[in-house]
Amino acid sequence: MAVERFPVEGGHIMMFARAVGDPHPAYHGAITGTPAIAPPTFVWAADHYDPDSAVRPKPDEPWPGSGATHSGAPPADGAGLGLHAEQRYEYHRPVREGDVLSAVDRPGRTWRKEGRRGGALTFTEKITEYRDQEGEPVVTATMVTVTTSTTVGAGG
Amino acid sequence: MTAVTAGDTRELVLVRDLTRTRIVQYAGASGDFNPVHTDERFAVEAAGYPSVFAHGMLTMGMAGRVLTDWFGPESLLRYEARFRAQVFPGATLTARARVESVHGDGTAAVALTVTDGQDAVVMTGNAVVRASAEAK
Repeated sequence: MAVERFPVEGGHIMMFARAVGDPHPAYHGAITGTPAIAPPTFVWAADHYDPDSAVRPKPDEPWPGSGATHSGAPPADGAGLGLHAEQRYEYHRPVREGDVLSAVDRPGRTWRKEGRRGGALTFTEKITEYRDQEGEPVVTATMVTVTTSTTVGAGG
Repeated sequence: MTAVTAGDTRELVLVRDLTRTRIVQYAGASGDFNPVHTDERFAVEAAGYPSVFAHGMLTMGMAGRVLTDWFGPESLLRYEARFRAQVFPGATLTARARVESVHGDGTAAVALTVTDGQDAVVMTGNAVVRASAEAK
C-alpha cells in the first residue's frame, strides 16, 4: 500500500466507530460538533485512499466476488492471498480529525514454521509508516500474514 | 488516566450473535471488501469456507474498546493482536484485559484475550498504555 493522502475526517471516524461498536463520545464529534479522536485501529481504513487497493471493487475492473456465478474474476497476483495472522500498532501520538496522513510500506521479516496439520507456514511482515502533513511519524503498523500450501481465498 | 495495579482485570462483551450485516458494515468503514467477508456465496462455493467470516481487524477494533474505556481514547502507546481462529456469524465475543505490570514512568502493560461463546480463544493481544497522568 502506498497512500499519498489520507484525510482523517470526522464522519469517517464516526462510521468506523459504529462498525467496531464503540459509542465513546470522543469518536462521534461529527454529531456533537467537536473534533473527533480516531479509535486505535482506525488507520486500517487507509485502504479507502489507496488507488490500487485490491480489496475494493472498482468500476470496469474484474472482482472475485459472486455475480451470475459463485465466483467472478480470480484475484490479481498477490492480491489478498494469505490469512491475517498478527497486527501491531505503535502509536507516536493519537490520530485526530484534521490529520492528513500518508502511508508508506516496507517489507519486514519472513519466517517459516511447520503447521499443526502438516505443511509449511510462511509468515511475512509488512511495516507501514503513517506520517502527518509535517512528515512526523504518527503510527507504525506491522501486519503479519501467513500462507500455506492449502490456503484458499484470503483475508483474516 | 486510571490508577491500576498488576492483576487488575476488566471484561467486556464485544458483540452478541455477530451478524453478516455487521461484518459488511465493517467492510464499508474499513475499505476491506474482500468477498470472503462480504459474499456468502463466494466464501462457501468458491473459497470453501463454512460461511463468510469476520475481518480479524474487526475483532481487534472491537477489543480496543476494553482498553480505551479503561484508560481513555488517547492512552494507547502500543496495541498488538494475534488472530488465533476465524470468527464466524453467530459468534458472541468477550474481551478480557489484565494489567500485567505497572511501570515507574506511569505506563502499564496489559494482556488481552478474546473468546467466543464456546470459550475458544479467537484473539490474544498486548498493549502498553498510559496508566497515569504522569506517563509521558
